Amino acid sequence: MSRLYRRTLAWFDERFGAGSVEEFLRHKTIPVHRHSLWYYFGGMTLFLFIIQVLTGILLLLYYRPTPNDAFESVQYMVTQVRFGWLIRSIHSWSANLMIFAAFVHMFSVYFLKAYRKPRELTWISGMLLLFVVLGFGFSGYLLPWNTLAFFATKVGTEMAGSVPIIGKWLLIFLRGGEEVTGATLTRFFGFHVAVLPGLATMLLAIHLFLVQQLGMSVPPGVERAIAEGRKPARSTPFFPNFLLRDIIGWYAALGALGALAAVFPWELGTKADAFASAPAGIRPEWYFLFMFQTLKYLPAKVLFVDGELLGIFGFSVAALVWVAVPFLDRRIGFGRVTRFFTGLGVFALGYMIVLSLLALR
Amino acid sequence: MPSSEQRADKPIQTGRRWVNVLLGSGLVASVVSFLYPAIRYIIPPPVAESTSRSVVAAKVDELKRNSGKVFKFGSKPALLVRTADGTYRAFSAVCTHLNCTVQYREDLHQIWCACHNGLYDLEGRNVSGPPPRPLQMFEVHVQGEDVVVTRSA
Repeated sequence: MSRLYRRTLAWFDERFGAGSVEEFLRHKTIPVHRHSLWYYFGGMTLFLFIIQVLTGILLLLYYRPTPNDAFESVQYMVTQVRFGWLIRSIHSWSANLMIFAAFVHMFSVYFLKAYRKPRELTWISGMLLLFVVLGFGFSGYLLPWNTLAFFATKVGTEMAGSVPIIGKWLLIFLRGGEEVTGATLTRFFGFHVAVLPGLATMLLAIHLFLVQQLGMSVPPGVERAIAEGRKPARSTPFFPNFLLRDIIGWYAALGALGALAAVFPWELGTKADAFASAPAGIRPEWYFLFMFQTLKYLPAKVLFVDGELLGIFGFSVAALVWVAVPFLDRRIGFGRVTRFFTGLGVFALGYMIVLSLLALR
Repeated sequence: MPSSEQRADKPIQTGRRWVNVLLGSGLVASVVSFLYPAIRYIIPPPVAESTSRSVVAAKVDELKRNSGKVFKFGSKPALLVRTADGTYRAFSAVCTHLNCTVQYREDLHQIWCACHNGLYDLEGRNVSGPPPRPLQMFEVHVQGEDVVVTRSA
């Protein structure tokens, strides 16, 4: 076994260059300290993304992206096709867990200041990936063509439409016309299975390359303690030690997905009807709840400005600041500036949690 | 001799700059000509609006007092309300906030949007919640057995 392993490795080394494969695997080490737990969430997000790709390919075997067929094809899949309910439920659950894992990953990186020099581009590529993931969530939500999805898409695209100057163009681009129709479904299907996967693959390659190139960030507090000799610098090899721990987490996630899909199968709802009222109690997926609740609270006019426009403007500015944080927070590890950004993060997280809970009330 | 060298270089550099400008603008023009059809392709051609100015929204005995019904008016949903005193009113059912479809609330005697909790009164005026404008109102006539809704020109 180990002879075969060495011979295989040697075969690849002859082609890739001496020792490069092993070097690639051994190069990476994971620092060990009291915040090490957070290192697992990036890998967890990646694992759930792979689950999405695999189950998504399976869903494509039966799904038909037209307004007359979409709902029926999903219905057929979950009622007639063997294990169709399982595949679809895992795709929905994994999507939600992936977004949750991505948010945990993002906030842990934020609070541990892992975005600081030289990892600015890692942060930006990660934020772009998060936007792509939210795009996946928004476009995928419409595909079963049910009532909730229909109105969620109306509202979401209308918000894009209220952006000054390019809004109208954006709305028609997204909807494939003035209204949410079959043209919208076809477009969203294209975004969901072709455009966004392409973007995600590209960004993921950049993100992972940067992680590999720069190594893992050590939080400023730990770094200082090591520099001052108060703590030893400990680390563990990525391969195989950390990867094996990763795999245990992934295995547990797979078990959780199976259990969730079996115990709480994802609902299909009722077929979308363009000439029915929005049902009472309608609300978007949990990761958009804080924006949804903000829109509910904003009055029609705030000093001559449409309330919704103000909301969209506010969220856009917040997102821009968030993406640019590595360039704004320049005195990391000491001083007031960095404390301000920690406070900003606490406020953002608190705002999202409180408003989401209010929406669920 | 550096000064004479510079003088000798000058016409060549000017000539090269011209070549660069011409090549560059040709390249930009060709890229624009590649992108223009693609961008035009992305925006679908406009769909002809339904020209019908009126539609039969309901039968006379269909709606009881203090109730409402969403019906298709052209390509958009509209709302027919029969008030508690028996008169008919018709509105666009498209919420002016974010495009959801509104409904008549029998308990409130008002028009309600479930998406963000917007309320309109029976004149279509936005009275509470986020909607920024009133609902468009249509004329209603009872012609024989039919309740006919007409868009004012």
